[in-house]
Amino acid sequence: MSGSRYDVIVIGGGHNGLVAAAYLARAGKKVVVLEQRHLVGGAAVTEEIVPGYRFSVFSYVVSLLRPEIIRDLALPAHGLEILPLESTVTPMFNGDYLAAWPDVDLTRREVARHSLKDAEVSEEYGRLMGLMAMAVKPIISMIPPDPTSLSPRDLRGLLKVGRHFQSLTPKHFHLLYKLMTMSSADFLDEWFETDVLKATKSASGIIGTFMGPRTPGSAYVLLHHYMGEIDGAFRAWGFARGGTGAISESITRAARSFGAEVRLDAQVTRVRTSGGRATGVVLANGDEVDAPVVVSSLDPKRTFLRLVDERDLPDEFLGDVRRFRIRGSSGKVNLALSGLPDFTCLPGAGPHLRGAISISPSLEYVERAYDDAKHGSFSRRPYMDIILPSMIDPGMAPPGKHVMSIFVQYAPSTIAGGWNDARRDAFGDAVIDALAQFAPNIRDLIVDRQVLTPADIERITGLTEGNIFQGELALHQLFFLRPSPGWAQYRTPVRGLWQCGSGTHPGGGIMGAGGRLAALEILGAGA
Amino acid sequence: MSHALPGTPFHPRTAPLVQGQTWRRWAGYVVASSYELHHDREYHAIRSSAALFDVSPLFKYHVRGPDAVRLLDRVVTRHVARAAVGQVLYTPWCDAEGKVLDDGTVSILAPDFVRLTSADPNYRWLGENARGLRVTIDDASDAVAALALQGPNARVILEHAAGTDLSGVRYFRLTNALVRGTPVTITRTGYTGDLGYEIWMDAEHALPVWDAIVAAGAPYGLTPAGLLALDVARVEAGLLLLDVDYVSARKALIASQKSSPLELGLEWTVDFDKAAFVGREALVAERARPGEWRFAGVEVAWEPLEALYTEVGLAPRLPTTAWRTSVPLYAPGTDRQVGYATSGAWSPLLKRYIALAHLEAAFAEPGRELDFEVTVEHRRRSARAHVRSLPFYSPDRKRA
Ligand SMILES: Cc1cc2nc3c(=O)[nH]c(=O)nc-3n(C[C@H](O)[C@H](O)[C@H](O)COP(=O)(O)OP(=O)(O)OC[C@H]3O[C@@H](n4cnc5c(N)ncnc54)[C@H](O)[C@@H]3O)c2cc1C
Repeated sequence: MSGSRYDVIVIGGGHNGLVAAAYLARAGKKVVVLEQRHLVGGAAVTEEIVPGYRFSVFSYVVSLLRPEIIRDLALPAHGLEILPLESTVTPMFNGDYLAAWPDVDLTRREVARHSLKDAEVSEEYGRLMGLMAMAVKPIISMIPPDPTSLSPRDLRGLLKVGRHFQSLTPKHFHLLYKLMTMSSADFLDEWFETDVLKATKSASGIIGTFMGPRTPGSAYVLLHHYMGEIDGAFRAWGFARGGTGAISESITRAARSFGAEVRLDAQVTRVRTSGGRATGVVLANGDEVDAPVVVSSLDPKRTFLRLVDERDLPDEFLGDVRRFRIRGSSGKVNLALSGLPDFTCLPGAGPHLRGAISISPSLEYVERAYDDAKHGSFSRRPYMDIILPSMIDPGMAPPGKHVMSIFVQYAPSTIAGGWNDARRDAFGDAVIDALAQFAPNIRDLIVDRQVLTPADIERITGLTEGNIFQGELALHQLFFLRPSPGWAQYRTPVRGLWQCGSGTHPGGGIMGAGGRLAALEILGAGA
Repeated sequence: MSHALPGTPFHPRTAPLVQGQTWRRWAGYVVASSYELHHDREYHAIRSSAALFDVSPLFKYHVRGPDAVRLLDRVVTRHVARAAVGQVLYTPWCDAEGKVLDDGTVSILAPDFVRLTSADPNYRWLGENARGLRVTIDDASDAVAALALQGPNARVILEHAAGTDLSGVRYFRLTNALVRGTPVTITRTGYTGDLGYEIWMDAEHALPVWDAIVAAGAPYGLTPAGLLALDVARVEAGLLLLDVDYVSARKALIASQKSSPLELGLEWTVDFDKAAFVGREALVAERARPGEWRFAGVEVAWEPLEALYTEVGLAPRLPTTAWRTSVPLYAPGTDRQVGYATSGAWSPLLKRYIALAHLEAAFAEPGRELDFEVTVEHRRRSARAHVRSLPFYSPDRKRA
């Protein structure tokens, strides 16, 4: 296969790499995607880990996937089907619970059981966050201008951002400023009085970050999670029929329909350069693939510190990449279950099992979970975001059986003594113990379990330190600073080498925006 | 906790009467759209005999304490301190920009006890405005059940049910009474523009009150009536409906969705003599420099409408229920839009096609001609219409 000739090589068949490949192939480029694993998807895969039980191994819900990508690539025609995930229920220690149902009146009545005031505030909060998300949204679909550049395009872009912010009312601008700077707990304190409500909302603001609800800056992530709710098509979180991997597969089908080639079991070990220009890649088996354009969908650390020769990179840039914050903080436990869990707060089967179950009974609980992580250990009582995919898509498990997806925080990438088999088991046990406090029958139901620490996530997907977003969504790592000042437009210091993963603007999650914007930028550069 | 919306305290009585399982959501409850398969008879009962409505879903707040009246005066645009105990005031209330948040009634039950009704939740708004005042605020929405007895026979029926003379209870006044041993408050209010009363009671004792009124009403043609009938009557009466005729400033997503009381034809409810209330400054400024919008009635002219249908070989089609969609209104013979109607109905009583509309001030004079957009056999046409003052219907018995 040595000597194959392509217009573009995409390193990594995660959803962003696949999206980039599809857009490039659609524009007539001869594209090959090189994926190290035996299947596409990266952090968005479905695998039958236990016979008959299909897990969304890592990523488990979707809402941020850009509607323009769904339209441009005709993903529904390629098999994408997103089912609603409608509610969130938080069990409490006193046997009660807090629920958000998919209906304003039901939810108002439910919150009013806890606080009349919060019931009314919730609606206003939701409206304002929606407005804020609208305000930020145009920026997400835009290629970040370089504020230090004087090129007409960057100046125009900056002007657009400036004008956009000027269009906000002072009240909204003030709110946006608070979102950018405050901790989620402080931000929520200004609105709500019910502890469990604040805990649950703030928990969504710490997903994938190494921050606690009281860490300044965590409020922005609250907003990041509202982005998906404004596009009509996906008002809220959904679940892909067939699991998250079905998203990657539909993008792959779209890419192939445009003529892109997707090669599996093809690990890239080096980006070849000549005279400061990328010329192709070298595979683990020694094969070489040539192309004048190489796009990496890997995180910045993996791309620049492992695949590119240091001598091809300026020192300052290398320094930025080394400093890029990418600590992993999350783990995942997937369970094969012989039956349905019975929650003490809502016994038996019910609509709550078709939605998310949030183990965030109090702000203190979540903050304590973070304290453990700060001190170099996994949380003994972690925050968990749980869904039962088989309740939404019965095809995920044998008839009458179930699968449970447990996203867990915190599981730091570096723990005292390092991750090993014993600590992985202890981590898995802590998760089951924490869950059993609220669903005591869970232990009797477990057919098998898959426990994934950040080390496992890194080993399997190549996400450095297991960071789910290919780099923390901290303010200093967003927009024109992502991943590095001066290199946010998908270019790199190596000519012909581009990046398109979640480590680029606008960031992580199954969004596809990095892949799309990078492809448009490459095409615009006349590559 | 159930995963379904509750029925009102009258549900055990109303549910068996709903023939077509036609329910509608209202403020977090389900109530009957109509009891019979068609609402026509229920509507005519309002105007010719008497109709009984379950209006329990209204939000209700009990404000108690020495500063109860002061709190209401801070919030609403009417002058509550000037009203006597036993009086009821219809009033909107505004945000600081003078844009309407909600509207409802204030009943002065005692010098230190006031009940506010509203279409949306207002517990927090009352609480935020109560700083420094000696009041307690209870959300009595679930605890208090309410009926509206409306129509020319309403008085005689209620007199029988309560065993008391109601001739002394004037329009927008209240009295207390016992119905089958249950204490009730009777207010001479309603949402139909007719003679009528609303009866307020403990939710726990709701059913005997329903039974007593239904029994007393039988000889007088009393009919339980649902929201479809009510909707026609309230358009005839020119009464606004939140979320239909206007958007609460609290829920508006863009500035142009908000309305001031002056733009909603509620100038009469704004007491500029009152020293301070939320939104006063903005409203004072607006009075000096009136805004762009007015609220008025619109009547679609019959002959031109009939002609549009004749052209395609059809008899005129009229709406069979009150509608709640936005209909563009144009300067006559042009495509310049000068307003929009927000609800409308064929009035079975007046035999007129009527609507409530937001109009640019220059086009809001009664008598002005407008073009009203209609869809005739799938095609968009214009029907001639005229601006009318509100209400369309106001019988003498309403106040007598
Ligand atoms: C546990 C977990 C839960 C998550 N939950 C959610 C969620 O519920 N919702 C959501 O929106 N987001 C979630 N995320 C985040 C989201 O999944 C990721 O941000 C996103 O999938 C990353 O996509 P990507 O294409 O940018 O990168 P990746 O998915 O990391 O793709 C990179 C690809 O490159 C391949 N690769 C790596 N090295 C090489 C190499 N040398 N040669 C060839 N191929 C290579 C990898 O195998 C992988 O396929 C979660 C992530 C994790 C880890």
